[in-house]
Amino acid sequence: MSDTTHPGSGESILAAETRAEIDRWVAKFPAGRQRSAVIAALREVQHHNHGYLTDELMNAVAEYLDIPAIQVYEVAAFYSMFETKPVGRCSVSVCTNISCMLCGADELVSHIEKKLGIKTGESTPDGKFFLKREEECLAACVGAPMMMVDHVYHENLTPAKVDEILDAVE
Amino acid sequence: MSDKKITIEVDGQTLSADPGQMLIEVTDEAGIYIPRFCYHKKLSVAANCRMCLVEMENGRKPMPACATPVGDGNKFFTRSKAAIAAQRATMEFLLINHPLDCPICDQGGECELQDLAMGYGRGISRYTESKRAVEDKYLGPLVSTDMTRCIHCTRCVRFGQEIAGIQELGTIGRGENMEIAPYIEKTVDHELSGNIIDLCPVGALNNKPFRFRARSWEMRQAELVSPHDAFGSHLYGHVWRGKVMRVVPRDSESLNETWISDRDRYSCEGLYSDERLTEPMIRQDGEWRTTDWATALGVAASGIRKTVSDDPSQAGLLAAPWSTAEELYLIKLLSRSLGVANLDHRLRQTDFSAQQDDAAYPGLEIAIADIDTQDALLMLGCRPRTEVPMFAHRVRKAVRNGARVMIVNEQDDDYLFARHAHLVGPDLSGQIAALCQAAQANVSGELQSLVHNATVSDAHRQMVKALQEAEKGSVFLGHAAARHPQWSVIRSLASALAQACAASLNCMGEAANSAGAAMLGVLPHRDEGGREAVQTGKNVSQMFADPLKAYLLFGFEAENDCASAAQAVETLAAANHVVCVSSYLTEAMQSYANVILPLGSFVESAGTFVNCEGRWQSYTGAGSPLGEARPGWKILRVLGNTLECEGFDFNSAEEVLTAAQQAVGEVALRNVFTTAGSAGHSDAPDSGASPGLYTSDPVVRRSRPLQEVGHTAASPPLQATA
Repeated sequence: MSDTTHPGSGESILAAETRAEIDRWVAKFPAGRQRSAVIAALREVQHHNHGYLTDELMNAVAEYLDIPAIQVYEVAAFYSMFETKPVGRCSVSVCTNISCMLCGADELVSHIEKKLGIKTGESTPDGKFFLKREEECLAACVGAPMMMVDHVYHENLTPAKVDEILDAVE
Repeated sequence: MSDKKITIEVDGQTLSADPGQMLIEVTDEAGIYIPRFCYHKKLSVAANCRMCLVEMENGRKPMPACATPVGDGNKFFTRSKAAIAAQRATMEFLLINHPLDCPICDQGGECELQDLAMGYGRGISRYTESKRAVEDKYLGPLVSTDMTRCIHCTRCVRFGQEIAGIQELGTIGRGENMEIAPYIEKTVDHELSGNIIDLCPVGALNNKPFRFRARSWEMRQAELVSPHDAFGSHLYGHVWRGKVMRVVPRDSESLNETWISDRDRYSCEGLYSDERLTEPMIRQDGEWRTTDWATALGVAASGIRKTVSDDPSQAGLLAAPWSTAEELYLIKLLSRSLGVANLDHRLRQTDFSAQQDDAAYPGLEIAIADIDTQDALLMLGCRPRTEVPMFAHRVRKAVRNGARVMIVNEQDDDYLFARHAHLVGPDLSGQIAALCQAAQANVSGELQSLVHNATVSDAHRQMVKALQEAEKGSVFLGHAAARHPQWSVIRSLASALAQACAASLNCMGEAANSAGAAMLGVLPHRDEGGREAVQTGKNVSQMFADPLKAYLLFGFEAENDCASAAQAVETLAAANHVVCVSSYLTEAMQSYANVILPLGSFVESAGTFVNCEGRWQSYTGAGSPLGEARPGWKILRVLGNTLECEGFDFNSAEEVLTAAQQAVGEVALRNVFTTAGSAGHSDAPDSGASPGLYTSDPVVRRSRPLQEVGHTAASPPLQATA
């Protein structure tokens, strides 16, 4: 794929600041290895699209990086931090790996499911909360059980603390 | 790679290897079998199936043979207790999610997983949990999917990346949820896509039209040669009850390697089309009726005899360039005994003005296998993916080896390989003239002013520079160039350019046997072996422009296969006597023919094609002719007898071939062209002269799956009304 001269229609969909961020990542890798920047590119694009990716956006990233669209889709489908369907505004993920599980993470998940009226992997009908299906260890075992709400860690949780945190979300 | 060989030991056997070579390559060469799924000699190493685990001396763990480079003195054990235990464990994991549906799976009987499960699998599964099921994907009309059977070897993914030049399939999701899928349901419509069927070690990807038609062990395998392009790829036809059920590749490293194009694989779907003609037909009092061979041949011969006895110059013989050498030789004999000089096979050519300057045959000066190692390739009027798909593959390989590929075309294409320089636009000859000027090529006559007046751009200079710098440089003239109304100008300029750049000049023959037809003198101006004919007859274009009284058309449809189709049909309809020898019956043919003789298809007869390297490739045929259809050489032999021609007493196709080869003798190819007969012409090329990938000849046109290629799941092909 060396047709480098074609004007990428991706440029029109991706915002200027997104493109600048992608360019910054591309520059970190050797020339011709722009595929390495795909995770950073997707993270940036998702951040500017209410926390999820669309086919259109993934195509735009592929075109901007000049790699086959399938290679972008492979990455988006592989990593749990990328969402390929619309989700709620606020992303809630409870760690259920071994340390958190031993300290009661499963009860926390059931509590949140009951409180929000949704199952893991679903979003609330009002589009406010999204409860992630599965969260791998977030390296906060020392404060287990823990959860992450919009990239912010909350540790040593109890159901009451969870209520407090979620109720504070606007 | 250093020349120094190292020594390793495998199962007590001492083997010599290159340092850093992967163990599996060494053992494959030595004939020691190590089981594998993901490893394939033509693809990169993935090492993800783990089936090839072997024990290494002093190794802490079993090592994958496909990804273990050998070092001097290494000792490996492929059948030791530890190795077998590792292989059996891998097999047990692979079978966890694989369905036990071998009895209804098309891969059954030719399945790598089934075979290895016999060798390494347990008789009883210890797995009691539920198996996963994966939704099937729509990959178009050629490849069927049963994704639950997939073992994630990723051969199909790597094929797209590394061979096809476009990655259409990928691995979606991870772990237990990983699937092989295209990005959004989209068809896999690359011209080599069918090869993923052969690559798939299980029944996940299969031949869609062939589905449930026959079991692999019921079929007989017959060798064939591709009748669709000038490479002459090697094929196997799989025959069941006298019919070809499917076509698969026959390995030939110097031609098609292990691949074949979809055109070669699926054209067999057109063999048994509803339009196949199975009985001789004659027109009596304006009505068509079927008849027996003797009657039909009698009618055919009497019409020809009548015209020829009046005036042989009022008869014309035209043969398809995909006819076999045997058929073409008999047509040549027929023309000679009848004294008919109007003879041609160049159906889609439009410029004949410098035909005396033709090479002995349209061919390549370099070997097909050497295309990969060229340093610079300049393609003029050539759309490789459409014209000769395997050529596009070779060029892609050359690019991967660092070749600079340059293209000058009137019509653009999606090439799927990197171009060093690229010019698209009208006036192909003007562009080549500019290249000649940039290269200071030596041209003569009226070409001088053309070259002198050309405008040279940076792209032209860049192309010439790359070609001149190359140690191995080559210029290719494609079909679009050969069909161009200024063909003689184009090739003369290309010839001068190649000489100025010390590059080889290569002409890609139009069809499977264009080279054979030229060598056998199925031309108005040549005899066998390229000798000048005593009397020059009319070429195909003149035969249709100045109507003749009688025509014999062999193996093609005038309305679909000729450059000036409309004129051809009109002229033929007005002729007194038209004999068609054809595998298919068309409406147009019924409007212009008087007799239609049913021709066996290319698989139904032994035959020989001469490829663009000048290589004679014979095959024995697969399957029996449908109905009353007969092999072409038999039809022509009996027609010769009926017409009381001398020298038609052949008893087998082999006898015809021997005589044909003797008549041709030694032929040397020298692609040097100096005469530009058409310098004055500036007509735009007739778009009708350039068929698409899947409309190139009568069989391909009738392959329904190929006609459906390009339709997505969202817009399935329209059902043809019966």
